[in-house]
Amino acid sequence: MKIYRIHALICAGGQCITAGGDSFEEALKHAIKEKGLEDEIQVVETGCMGACEKGPMMVVYPEGVLYVHLKPSDAQEIVSEHFLKGRPIQRLMWKEADGNFPTLDQVPFFAHQTKIVLRNCGMIDSESIEEYIARDGYAALAKVLSSMKPNQVVEEIKKSGLRGRGGAGFPTGLKWEFTARENSEMKYIVTNADEGDPGAYMDRSVIEGDPHTIIEGMAIAAYAVGATQGYIYCRAEYPIAIKRLHIALRKAKQVGLLGKNILGSDFSFDLEIRIGAGAFVCGEETALLNSIEGKRGEPNVKPPYPSSKGLYGKPTVINNVETFANVPFIILEGAEKFRKIGTESNPGTKVFSLAGKVITTGLIEVPLGISLRRIIYDIGGGIPDGKKFKGALMGGPSGGVVPASKLDTPIDFESLNEIGSMMGSGGLIVMDEDSCMVDIAKYFLKFTVDESCGKCTPCREGTRQMLTILERITSGSGKESDLNELECLAETIKLTSLCGLGQSAPNPVLSTIRWFRDEYEAHIREHKCIANVCVMKAPKSEVKKRAKKITH
Amino acid sequence: MAKINSLEELRKLRDQAKESMTARSGSAKVKIFASMGTVGIAGGAREALKAMIDELEKRDFHEVEIIESGSMGLDREEPVISVERDGYMTTYGRVTPDMARQIVAQHVINGQIVSEWVIARNKK
Repeated sequence: MKIYRIHALICAGGQCITAGGDSFEEALKHAIKEKGLEDEIQVVETGCMGACEKGPMMVVYPEGVLYVHLKPSDAQEIVSEHFLKGRPIQRLMWKEADGNFPTLDQVPFFAHQTKIVLRNCGMIDSESIEEYIARDGYAALAKVLSSMKPNQVVEEIKKSGLRGRGGAGFPTGLKWEFTARENSEMKYIVTNADEGDPGAYMDRSVIEGDPHTIIEGMAIAAYAVGATQGYIYCRAEYPIAIKRLHIALRKAKQVGLLGKNILGSDFSFDLEIRIGAGAFVCGEETALLNSIEGKRGEPNVKPPYPSSKGLYGKPTVINNVETFANVPFIILEGAEKFRKIGTESNPGTKVFSLAGKVITTGLIEVPLGISLRRIIYDIGGGIPDGKKFKGALMGGPSGGVVPASKLDTPIDFESLNEIGSMMGSGGLIVMDEDSCMVDIAKYFLKFTVDESCGKCTPCREGTRQMLTILERITSGSGKESDLNELECLAETIKLTSLCGLGQSAPNPVLSTIRWFRDEYEAHIREHKCIANVCVMKAPKSEVKKRAKKITH
Repeated sequence: MAKINSLEELRKLRDQAKESMTARSGSAKVKIFASMGTVGIAGGAREALKAMIDELEKRDFHEVEIIESGSMGLDREEPVISVERDGYMTTYGRVTPDMARQIVAQHVINGQIVSEWVIARNKK
């Protein structure tokens, strides 16, 4: 077998590629060839390593040297100095504030994380099934097929307390049990990879970095509930993820880990990819199932729930990407071990895409129950340029803002709901004193207005009315009664909308009114935007006064 | 790749694949340090190192990390190669490709130091 003395792991997650990672990789491979080192150095494309702000990134083993912000012009030097002569290039290495050059496990950004879902991201070649198997890939599926009965699998997931990571936090084991109980000759497993929140990219990164873990998780679910066919519904805006999924599916089918009689057992399961055209509403489960069937991506009234009447009217388990990625770990390590991470009612971890005004933005995985303060300050490194933290938006356009006074709230489904925010799928946008909260609310409401499918009136018309009021406020013609009207509309939309999109659309507005009412009032009464974001028109009386001054 | 038909076959494949990824795990049994200063390279360190990798491949031994280090200043003895095994760091001097092959066979794999070429030995 081939021995490579150096393993150069290049991050090939979406962000690093966008930042120029692929042209660096090309230059590196070229330089290696020039020096005749192809036989000694293995260049591996991995999934997202997490520290997206530092991209393009590369880790060089066996030393574990971390290179950041790489440019194609650096390739020559890395090869001739480091790869050939063993002298790592300090000017390109990750440098901490104290002047040290840490290796991967010493960087605080990584050291404070607990990785279950992202256990393989950045560690393996995402297009290689062998490297996934090397890290105990498909061992959970093998365990299930060889030593567990379907109902034992459901029991184990129930015992683990795993809750759906798509946002609502419904117990996964229960969902599986409902479908398992149904009597039907055909059942389906569906992965919801239609991640649409602005600033969220957890699911994309998991698929890009570790596609086999989704396949394995789905196969285990299929065995547990008695399904034979699965679909991964991924949005078209994720071309790299789709490409790697296709490769993973092909390889898994080739070696017989998908298809008929998996691992010599009598269990058969097949998988297909469905590509969505990027409608936010298709992240809602019934709309997603409609879209798979080739119908218009619009939600249905629930009940019946998909667990009894889902895809093509058959019982269907539909879970989020991250939920399925947790499954192999739970089966292999046991529910007990999973419960040791996180809190009593919220076991396990959660992946967040940390974006906005933090020093190290990127993809992180933390145990549930951790405080937002630790995420922003210990992992993210704090707010850049010594600015003040103002709020963090969790849950994207369905979520709410966590203000500075609530920074120590434990991050779990219930606590976040209590303060008017929500877990959501894991988008986390940090804002500093330069962000106007009214403007933020307007931005996210505009998003939901654009994305509302139009099937029900409260969502279609209500959100539009709210947006008109917000536009009025931010342009300086807000009225004293506007806040009241906003709150009234919001409550109605929440109560009467058909699906989750509409029911949660008013959340960003409600939570900003709750925590930053003074900013709204300053906009309305004083025509002032504290953060200097909104362009305000002076009030009519003021205009008249000024006009008088000029004419006299 | 062939079809995997049973649990045993999956396990075998895992162990094999794991070996080829040893360098990334930091858990290798043996570490080889090759001095790659200008003098070392001029003295033939590259050739010695290549011979070592070739020999390791031939003998299918993967529990090893190969690290290029800077020169330790002992120019007279270049190429210098050190082997860290069983808690000791053993340094060999004036290593030719043939010597390198023997060091792999005797010391790296089997733990028998090739004493006539040793120039230093320290407890790690």
